[in-house]
Amino acid sequence: MPEHTSPGPDVYFQVQQFLFLEAALLDSWQLDKWLDLYTQDAEYQVPPTDLDENSTPENSLYYIADDRQRLNERVLRLGKKTAHSEFPRSRLRHLVSNIRILELTATEMAVEAAFVCYRSKDGVTDAFIGRYDYRLARTEQGLKIRSKRCHLDMDGLRPHGRISIIL
Amino acid sequence: MTECIPAIEDDQQGLRFRVPRRAFTEKGVFEAERKAIFDRCWLYLGHASELEEAGSFVTRTVADRDLIFNKDREGTVRAFLNVCPHRGATVCREKKGKKKSFQCMYHGWVFRDDGELINLAGAASYSKNFNECGQVNLREVPRLDQYAGFYFVCFDDSVEPLPDYLAGAKDYLDLISGHSPEGMELVGGTQEYAIRANWKLLVENSFDGYHAESTHATYLDYLMNTNGGLSETRLAGYAHDLGNGHAVLEYTAPWGRPVAQWIPMWGDEGKQEIESVYAELVARLGPERADQVAHKNRNMVIFPNLVINDIMAITIRTFYPVRPDYMMINAWALAAKGENDWRRKFRLFNFLEFLGPGGFATPDDVEALEKCQAGFRAGDLAPWNDISKGMAKEKPSFDDEHQMRVFWREWDRRLAGIREEVNNA
Repeated sequence: MPEHTSPGPDVYFQVQQFLFLEAALLDSWQLDKWLDLYTQDAEYQVPPTDLDENSTPENSLYYIADDRQRLNERVLRLGKKTAHSEFPRSRLRHLVSNIRILELTATEMAVEAAFVCYRSKDGVTDAFIGRYDYRLARTEQGLKIRSKRCHLDMDGLRPHGRISIIL
Repeated sequence: MTECIPAIEDDQQGLRFRVPRRAFTEKGVFEAERKAIFDRCWLYLGHASELEEAGSFVTRTVADRDLIFNKDREGTVRAFLNVCPHRGATVCREKKGKKKSFQCMYHGWVFRDDGELINLAGAASYSKNFNECGQVNLREVPRLDQYAGFYFVCFDDSVEPLPDYLAGAKDYLDLISGHSPEGMELVGGTQEYAIRANWKLLVENSFDGYHAESTHATYLDYLMNTNGGLSETRLAGYAHDLGNGHAVLEYTAPWGRPVAQWIPMWGDEGKQEIESVYAELVARLGPERADQVAHKNRNMVIFPNLVINDIMAITIRTFYPVRPDYMMINAWALAAKGENDWRRKFRLFNFLEFLGPGGFATPDDVEALEKCQAGFRAGDLAPWNDISKGMAKEKPSFDDEHQMRVFWREWDRRLAGIREEVNNA
């Protein structure tokens, strides 16, 4: 665990509002705006549930391991009617909580948060439960996401069957 | 029992092949399948590379039975029911690891890694010959065997030998395990998911060449976007009946293969690497087999529930029904041992882009299967699925439905005995 830092209420509030904005953009399917929250070298990852935390997508099979290019393609795909799994779109609600700033420098910070994401479609609601690990860049334009890793606290993807949404 | 077991309609003169939708919905069919298929067929258990070292184990559920798959201290690979002979508790509750013995948490019975009971708490209260004939050892599965590193179990002691059962699938298992001179291995990370649909829908979907262009339009778009247009390699090829209900599609396709078909996205570094992989294949296997290994894709179903798809990556996928409308799926990535970091990375990226439940294709398959299952609720008024495509052809194309008919004929044959019993009752 990194050194304890005391970022102060201003930074904490800024981070909290930023994560809530991200959740709101995902819940309202404003994915182009959501993508603008990410840096050009951003990563978005969802490891499987049976790996230790030191695994990487280069040596282990992940559910999702997007670089910026694949992330752009993911958003492009989700905008199409032929992304069948999300047409018509599911209803989403991301709940973000237990936010902690673990590391803080002038240009970057490491943040963790707990999440629950509910996906509802065709009379079925599935909950994705887990922890976000973020690296946030502190830029002149405000905070940007350099990496987001979603650790699922679940026993596999059951009964969900898919991660067709963005967690 | 009030439900009857429906049969397929296989009209070879009229060129119509139909499957009753009740086969996907009825509890009676689900129960009959357990008796006539899952309790009788060889079922995939795991891969040799999961148990490299003596003392290693994994626990796994195969067709609703919890098993321990391990390599004991002598190096013998075994499969036990993960059930205490005493009162039935799960003995090993970890997913994988290394152990010299397994202890049941309930009354503390300890079993050596070859299954023998070696510590009986309160032994003085039992007769001296309590375990004389091994009655209270861990129970081994009736049959365990492997082919080309793929381990299978069967819960029926009288089953035919595994090589006979695999029939024509053996050649393809040899081919896939020959991708690398050093053999093959599973990569860490299991994709464990479920689909709210009947298991046979995933059998069909796993080797359905007909659905690619509509269901996976966005994946083909992705290939175009990231490679500056689709390569000249078109989707084209044939379906082959491998005997005993197994079948394979073999075809060319526009995506990159780590063994060994280059795509523009992989750049010059990738081109050199792929060329050297291909040269090794030619030297080891000869030009014809090397071409088949490198440039053909394979979607294979080994009856009833093992899918090995050697496409842009290799997936081993197995699944079993929990209810008529719900199945559990486990999928792993199989990779060439000794391949370099570059190939391993692109293999895994290929896998998760297409094959994974978080990728650009599998979620849409899940959607299709669940929507079929929903449609089957109207099965009383709309009772048939049609699987006739390509029935007249001598050489069915990869995007016909020959391979599914191979599966369904075997399914029908295996249920015939129970069908007669139930329907006459």
